[in-house]
Amino acid sequence: MSAKRKGEAVVETRGLSMHFGGVKAVDQVDFTLYDKELRCLIGPNGAGKSTFFKCLTGQYKPSFGTVEIRGRDMTGAEPHEIAGLGVGIKTQVPNVFDGLSVEENIWLAARRWHGPARARSLVGETIERLRLGDIRRASVGRLAHGQRQWVELGMVVAMEPWLVLLDEPAAGMTSEETERTAEIIEEINKSAALIVVEHDMQFIRMISRQVTLFHEGRILMEDTMDAISADRRAREVYLGRRA
Amino acid sequence: MGAGTLREMRPVLVWALIGVAFTLLAPVTLQLFAIINLTTAIALAILALSLALVWGYGGILCFGQVAFFGLGAYAYTIGAINFGGSTWAILLAVIVASAFAAALGYFIFFGRVSDVYLGVITLTVTLILYSLMRRTSGPEYKIGKALLGGFNGVTSPPLNLPWDGRAMLFPEQVFYVAMAALIICYLFVGWLVTTHFGRVCVAIRENETRAELLGYDSRLYKLGIFTIGAGIAAIAGVFFCQGVGRVTPDVFSLYNASLVIIWVIVGGRGTLIGPIGASFGLFYLTAALGGQSLLNNNLVLGIILILFVLLVPKGVAPTLVHWLGGGRKKGRGARRRRRARAAEGGA
Repeated sequence: MSAKRKGEAVVETRGLSMHFGGVKAVDQVDFTLYDKELRCLIGPNGAGKSTFFKCLTGQYKPSFGTVEIRGRDMTGAEPHEIAGLGVGIKTQVPNVFDGLSVEENIWLAARRWHGPARARSLVGETIERLRLGDIRRASVGRLAHGQRQWVELGMVVAMEPWLVLLDEPAAGMTSEETERTAEIIEEINKSAALIVVEHDMQFIRMISRQVTLFHEGRILMEDTMDAISADRRAREVYLGRRA
Repeated sequence: MGAGTLREMRPVLVWALIGVAFTLLAPVTLQLFAIINLTTAIALAILALSLALVWGYGGILCFGQVAFFGLGAYAYTIGAINFGGSTWAILLAVIVASAFAAALGYFIFFGRVSDVYLGVITLTVTLILYSLMRRTSGPEYKIGKALLGGFNGVTSPPLNLPWDGRAMLFPEQVFYVAMAALIICYLFVGWLVTTHFGRVCVAIRENETRAELLGYDSRLYKLGIFTIGAGIAAIAGVFFCQGVGRVTPDVFSLYNASLVIIWVIVGGRGTLIGPIGASFGLFYLTAALGGQSLLNNNLVLGIILILFVLLVPKGVAPTLVHWLGGGRKKGRGARRRRRARAAEGGA
């Protein structure tokens, strides 16, 4: 596992732990993501993957250990500081600006990084990329769940991030919507490294190359989806009950 | 300011023109007493505008907007007595109130105090100022040449010409200045909410987590809009001194603190003209009720508040826009969308 072969490490955690009282939700996790990589985090409920994700995004302050993003120590940083590095984040529950239009939502993301003119053109491009043209003036609060997820993805895309963290991007989507989401993620991956937390096995098969399997707050194994599916231990903790 | 901003500001500009027309017509048709009374109403309208910005757009339920209003009024009065002129006193009022808001807001927003406690803290600060100022009745409570006067307050010097401290303005001229201040503040706030800063503040109101995940430091934006709102409230305080002729600790009273909230609820959050209109309407309603003794003033205000919360929860202005838009459903989609956008832009 030499770093040279895989390119620069963009996310690196060492001994990362998150304790809630006596519960060790995340326990001593050493994790590395390389540039332009697409990594899925899987695991049964309560395995700690979402908690781990929130430690990366600054929504939780880890109890122990360190988080480095592109070599900078970001342990315990605020979410806006992590986003300020050019990291696009999508949370598990859609976090969108409900009272505002689709255009305004995406503009707010684009304008954070670009001047007025570039932001305006970026909004147009993003709306086209995500096929949100028909609902561009609709208030996001009135949209269907799948569309709201896409608006949030649109915000992530409009930031033009170099690293993207997605928590269950396909949750609650129809199979058609899921497929489209997988395409969008592949497209994002052309210019950015990704970490995707996901439950849906079909979806992971669609997008994944490398998968990290969480179990009881620790990393159980890290391999391709096929290898993990074939592994006896992995099947016992997770796949055996679901797939 | 591009063409897009002008288009978004069109409703604001229309209301500003109506305000200009009113300014020119009112002194011709009204008695002097009504004009002086109107100056007080204008001051309260500016106060309503400040909370319409802070609460309606910033989503910050500040229960103590009158703290900045009262601080502005006291700072102006004390400044004008000591400087022997009003011009620098106005500036002092704005600086004192904004600096106080910035210091208070720093602890509130950077301490991540939740919304409910924000209301409690701002109200408590207001009531502390209230009892503090009531205790300043002795001759030892003196700032420069100004005696604070405790419960009775201080007589406020009227405005004067900027270049001549002895050329006091007549009530009619003060009315013109007050109206100009209201229109300028209204245009300023109307413009502010179309800027990047204003739109981010609205985004934070809608979803603070998302705003932070886009890389906006919500604490800074909240502090910014809170401080600007306090500065506008201070301007309101200056003109309140002009209308009433003195400043007393009552500016900080619980009654006044809740009145501002009622204006915004009745007028509608997320609009600017709504709370301004509500402040005028309730001011004259209270004046009318003061002339009779059948109904208790506070009782009527309380009933109005309850009725609005139950029946018109969005407030007058948004509900009117909704009705006007909803009445033209067939074949007028484009116009309706334009109206809806205009409403979002915030008349």
